[in-house]
Amino acid sequence: MIAIKDLKVDLGDFLLRDINLDIEQGEYFIVLGPTGAGKTVLLEAIAGLYPVVEGEIWTDGREVTGLNPEKRGVGIVYQDQILFPHLSVKENISFGLKAMKCPTRDIKPRVDSMAEVLGITHLLGRSPPTLSGGESQKVALARALVTEPAVLLLDEPLSALDPETKERMQRELAEIHRRLKVTIIHVTHDFEEAVALGHRVAVLNDGRIVQVGTPEDILRQPNSEFIARFALSRNIFAGEVSDAGNGDAFIDIGGIKLMGITELRGRVHLSLRPEDILISREPLQSTARNSLEGTVTNIADRGAVMYVTVSVPPDFICLITRQALKELDLRKGVKVWTTFKASAVHIF
Amino acid sequence: MTRTRLWRKPDALSLVFIVLGTLILLFILVPPLKTIFSSSAGTLWNTLLDEKVYSSILLTIYAALIATLIGLLLGVPLAYILARHEFWGKRFLEGLIDVPIVMPHSAVGIALLFVFGSNFLMGKFLNNIGIGFVDEVSAVVIAMMFVSVPFLIDSAREGFQAVDVRLEKVARTLGASPWRSFFRISLPLAWRSILSGSVLMWARGFSEFGAVYIVAGHVPFFGYRPVTAPILVTELFESPGGLGAAQPLTALLILICLVVFIALRTVAYKGKKA
Repeated sequence: MIAIKDLKVDLGDFLLRDINLDIEQGEYFIVLGPTGAGKTVLLEAIAGLYPVVEGEIWTDGREVTGLNPEKRGVGIVYQDQILFPHLSVKENISFGLKAMKCPTRDIKPRVDSMAEVLGITHLLGRSPPTLSGGESQKVALARALVTEPAVLLLDEPLSALDPETKERMQRELAEIHRRLKVTIIHVTHDFEEAVALGHRVAVLNDGRIVQVGTPEDILRQPNSEFIARFALSRNIFAGEVSDAGNGDAFIDIGGIKLMGITELRGRVHLSLRPEDILISREPLQSTARNSLEGTVTNIADRGAVMYVTVSVPPDFICLITRQALKELDLRKGVKVWTTFKASAVHIF
Repeated sequence: MTRTRLWRKPDALSLVFIVLGTLILLFILVPPLKTIFSSSAGTLWNTLLDEKVYSSILLTIYAALIATLIGLLLGVPLAYILARHEFWGKRFLEGLIDVPIVMPHSAVGIALLFVFGSNFLMGKFLNNIGIGFVDEVSAVVIAMMFVSVPFLIDSAREGFQAVDVRLEKVARTLGASPWRSFFRISLPLAWRSILSGSVLMWARGFSEFGAVYIVAGHVPFFGYRPVTAPILVTELFESPGGLGAAQPLTALLILICLVVFIALRTVAYKGKKA
């Protein structure tokens, strides 16, 4: 368990202050915030790599605020270029065990079993500069996890990866967490990452924790501009995928079924951009696979564009121009059809 | 990387710059090459066998090496501090380190005598622990160190700066002490810069004349009375033999510098490729 009490960190330009967090044993905890919110510094403060002005940090009932990083039992994985380039993959992973004076005969089996968990056994003899982004990230995870840290700190671990690798790594992170039951604090600016991975999410804005809750709580009742803006920019739903054949998939999001394209099965999340949804007064004849009838429940004026909430239910937020609003004569209570392509549904 | 191929479209600007560039290249290359090729290999070999010559070259190589080793021991820690920490007056300090490069070298010699001369503080201290200074090998070493150590510090600092500080942070969280993280991560990753800085420092110390001449113009070495090679060149030049007498040793010194520089470039090139 990690407890952070009234933490204050000086970043020069601004302060990280009043940070209070209680993270449960084995929890996958996300710290979400815009770029420059001080997320990396928060992680480094927890790791003992950044000086703390005030406050306390506890791991497993032990105060570690004044301890050196090597005494804290935390592992950290950064976004990129994080392997020791002059050491082989095997030497990278065994670095921590050697530093901790682990008996020599135990090192090889521990490195091998961790490599197996992460599926990187074939990379052990390689040199870091020859690895791909995803491979490097797995080696970095193995290097941190092999020391069995009380908490694993992940600093934007997926941000430097290409979209495809990112999705795969995201699923692997969830799987690693499930298998090893390690407590994880993962910082990111990506809301979809937070929704897909986090048990709970803390939103960091202007150097303060402004909200802590489940991803759904935060999405429904955002109390920061950052999340509110995000909530308007995506329709996010949780759902269950079933096969529709031909690579297509039905996603049941509580009563209604959407069609999407994914290889994933089971519990998933999906997002849909408001600008990808068409609104019409009559059903549209088109190639778009999703067409749903609903009622306009809200119209938010944002100058040139309008955000129209259509309750099917659930609520879909749609982006249209002022001109379109006038032509369709949209008002609260009007029945409309929403139409969007299966390929506009992003499943993660 | 794509480069513009100069010969493909020789516009006026390129032509003028090629001519000017060739002039400066010739200016740099012709004097040393002419000196080397003015003496036959046999003459060079016979010169090298002269005890006065080889003992002065050995003294110069040896003293520059000792200076470089002391420079490594004292300069690398400073370089690391400068690369890793921000503090008030850091810029000023970095400028100060380069002062020996711009000081007139005779002035360096005089300034060193004011500290290490037997009537002054460090000189008295060194005398008390049995190390003489003026006209001793130690004076040659100190004069060489003073004028050449900035090259090592600057190069090592750049080397450490190029090592991502997060690698050290990761090492710390993995259980490494600051010492272990320095010796296992930072130092191995910066060693190429430190090595090329050392070669530069050694070469600069090897070629020093002014400061060494003032503090140790007459150092006994191998029981004879040789001096460092650059001083011997000057002495030969001032002897009745003049230019002709100084020429073979000069050629040898240029050859030694060339070898060292080719070695340096090889190290640096391999570093870039890795």
